[in-house]
Amino acid sequence: MSRSLDTLSRRSFLTAGALVVGFSMVPRAFAQLVGGGEGGAGPKVVAPNLPGSLKSAPILDSWIRIDANGAVTVFTGKVELGQGIKTALIQVAAEELDVPPARVTLVTADTARTPDEGLTAGSHSMQDSGTAILNAAANVRMLLARKAAEGWGVAEDAVATTGDGRLAGPGGRSASYGEIAAALSLHVEAMPDAPRRDPARYRTMGRDLPRVDIPAKLAGGAAYIQDMRLPGMLHARVVRGPSVGSRLEPLAIAEVAAMPGVVTVVQDGSFVAIVAEREWTAVKALRRIQNAKTVRSAPPLPAGGPNPQGVVEALKALPSRDIVIQDGPDRPANAAHTVKARYTRPWLSHGSIGPSCSLALFQDGKLTVWTHSQGTFDVRRVAAQLVGLAEEDVHAIHVEGSGCYGQNGADDVSADAALIAKHVPGRPIRLQWMREQEFGWEPLGPGMVTELEASLGPDKRIAAWRHEVWSNPHNNRPVGAGGVLAGGEVPNPFPVPEGKPIPMPEGDGSRNSVPLYNLPNLHVVYHFLKDMPIRVSALRSLGAHLNVFSIESMFDELARAGGIDPLDLRLAHMADERGRDVIAAVAERFAWRDRPQPDGRRGCGMAFARYKNLGAYCAVAMEVEVERETGRIRVRRAVATVDCGQAASPDGVRNQVEGGIVQSISWTSREAMSFDAERRTGFDWSAYPILRFKDVPDSVAVHVMDRPGQPFLGTAEAAQGPAAAALANAVADATGVRLRDMPLNPERVRAAVGVI
Amino acid sequence: MTMTLTINGAEHRVEAEPDTPLLYVLRDDLGLNGAKYGCGLGQCGACTVHVDGRPVFSCLTPVAAVQGRRVTTVEGLGSPGNLGPLQQAFEQEQAAQCGYCIAGMIMRAQVLLDRGGSISDADIRNHMQTNLCRCGTHMRILRAVRRAVDATGARTSSLEAKP
Repeated sequence: MSRSLDTLSRRSFLTAGALVVGFSMVPRAFAQLVGGGEGGAGPKVVAPNLPGSLKSAPILDSWIRIDANGAVTVFTGKVELGQGIKTALIQVAAEELDVPPARVTLVTADTARTPDEGLTAGSHSMQDSGTAILNAAANVRMLLARKAAEGWGVAEDAVATTGDGRLAGPGGRSASYGEIAAALSLHVEAMPDAPRRDPARYRTMGRDLPRVDIPAKLAGGAAYIQDMRLPGMLHARVVRGPSVGSRLEPLAIAEVAAMPGVVTVVQDGSFVAIVAEREWTAVKALRRIQNAKTVRSAPPLPAGGPNPQGVVEALKALPSRDIVIQDGPDRPANAAHTVKARYTRPWLSHGSIGPSCSLALFQDGKLTVWTHSQGTFDVRRVAAQLVGLAEEDVHAIHVEGSGCYGQNGADDVSADAALIAKHVPGRPIRLQWMREQEFGWEPLGPGMVTELEASLGPDKRIAAWRHEVWSNPHNNRPVGAGGVLAGGEVPNPFPVPEGKPIPMPEGDGSRNSVPLYNLPNLHVVYHFLKDMPIRVSALRSLGAHLNVFSIESMFDELARAGGIDPLDLRLAHMADERGRDVIAAVAERFAWRDRPQPDGRRGCGMAFARYKNLGAYCAVAMEVEVERETGRIRVRRAVATVDCGQAASPDGVRNQVEGGIVQSISWTSREAMSFDAERRTGFDWSAYPILRFKDVPDSVAVHVMDRPGQPFLGTAEAAQGPAAAALANAVADATGVRLRDMPLNPERVRAAVGVI
Repeated sequence: MTMTLTINGAEHRVEAEPDTPLLYVLRDDLGLNGAKYGCGLGQCGACTVHVDGRPVFSCLTPVAAVQGRRVTTVEGLGSPGNLGPLQQAFEQEQAAQCGYCIAGMIMRAQVLLDRGGSISDADIRNHMQTNLCRCGTHMRILRAVRRAVDATGARTSSLEAKP
């Protein structure tokens, strides 16, 4: 498709003396569109020579606008998920424009205002949007300086920015950005190599700016989609069975519709929702209608439940497409020690503290959807298809929700709200799922199995390595109505799309299945299982959680077999200099060489990975104490080092990695979605326990490596795998017992290690 | 049914069914965002508010039960532009990721501060055990509470030092 900017741009217009250019984006030719890090497709690339998301949206004023007062508005297609991206992107823009960060207003994903940058996922936001904004800002600063130089009749390099939104030239000449911008069109394509600011002179990037979103969150400000209250708003609750693949019978629809305060009961095929004037009325009506029998409407769930053998049986029973990821080359190997091991992970819940919520309004033939989905533009596509509107007639706006950590119920609830709104035109609909609906209907993080076989030669070097992984697709993000629950419930349901793997190097179940270490005779196979007996999709780090757990556990198993220090075995096989630095730095900060020796209760472990082998480098070391009597693992201290290239906001990086470590400890030591043949049985926090305060580490210390001016490397998911493996390695060090099946919960630990 | 409630020191008349959980009245009738719906079961603490100075799960407390009692929400401790001391400690520690649990965390922790006396790190952990965080912000939350406790202690001792 050729680019025809004229047909898609809005007109430029003058306001308040400044030329404010209506922003525009290039046309998009979409086929299959899941981008931004998971799926790899994303918006169409129209300018391949440009960095980051400028590739798909190269016009400067789709990213940056400057008004007559010098106020800067920056547009991103990425969204705030609690990862602090708003603050980091403001820092990026402020730095490269050379203005104070308070001068910058950031607009996040909105189908009517911002570029489409695909999903906010896969630790891609700094790489995609951060890089785009960095380079767009460098372009804008260059154009401002050039324009000022022209006006003053001086050489361009005689004009400098002064950090306060002004330009200075020879002879005391000075002008504000606003004055210069008024005579400058930013409706031009970015150039690839606009001069960037010298990292040694950074004023904003690399500093710990307080996060812009935090004050409202601490004091009851309107911070979340759940806090939106629109005039005339109605409250809805959707009616479903206890979990995916079930429905309720009979439904007391007439009785509920007659309840005072119930406005209507929407029925569209098997989609049913209660709409009421007041929220509590909707909840009570839902509780009344849920007093019905459960009918299984899909094949039974896997018979073996969530225990390790059940996971193995369920996955290995499925037809597999075997994808060879690495196949040698082979060379003669002499094995002194060979270890074979199987590692498993059960299905995990995203466990968002706030159940998913969406608002929708259908008015005058147009639909507006407010969503906390990671894919705002996909919400528009899904809603348009589901309710039968043209995409142009659907406006999707991101509003922050509770943390999602992947595809929770956000996409489904947005489609539900859109469908309800279509049936109740003119009134805004607010729909929030109930706690048991979030646990019962969200896609889970897939259960997985790996089998590894590795050999250590007499020279104490690894001689051969084989890694096989069995997994469902992790990327079932909806791009059409077939991908959401409501799409299967309307009359003439939309078919559920067939699951597809994400190709390497990003991978999905295969993510991080290839060790970054230099290993001879390396074989990696992905047994891709497209049929999903349990509804699954993306959970933070996808397959990297189990793959890194497996690889880094195996390293310690080999080290133990060969009588080698785990640190030495890692360094001996790591040729990547930044990888070596991160491992060495964590060893130093943890005092690995002086660590306490294992005594049956206390032990230490370490692990490393570079996320996707192309994102941030992360190493984690842990000291644990295992209460053999109870099986409880106490993490005494966790130390992590991370190299994410230039850190825009180091404290933001630390916050993400600290959180990743604690969350991964919870996944790895506590969690499994339970189910029987008929339904998921983890429907609340008692049946799906996560880590609470008494079980979090005594201390977590994260060190961010200083990499001035280096490209951004995505960080948010980097700790999930290393933290999991460091935990298992520390438990093995402490007790001499290797645990390979998640979760390493007290019952299993106690049974495995026993009392001395 | 019409009820009179005392929320953050101000009286409000609300019209609600008496079994309505306080949470929905705070959010939907009074427009207070602080208390959050998390589970509706008293398992996560996101809805924590104070009733007569004690922490309660507002998702489980019928509104009729708080008539004539003092209800305090996180809005009663400060506003985004004028944070109270505990909220400031959370800000200084940057103790939030998604932040959905944080208003409940603050209301839970404030009870410990109000109780006064010597407070150990273990006391803070035990006290916060009722509240769930999914982002893994626990270490920062603990540091924020510690910071607020220490600041309170410092204030007390400096006051005591004066004759």
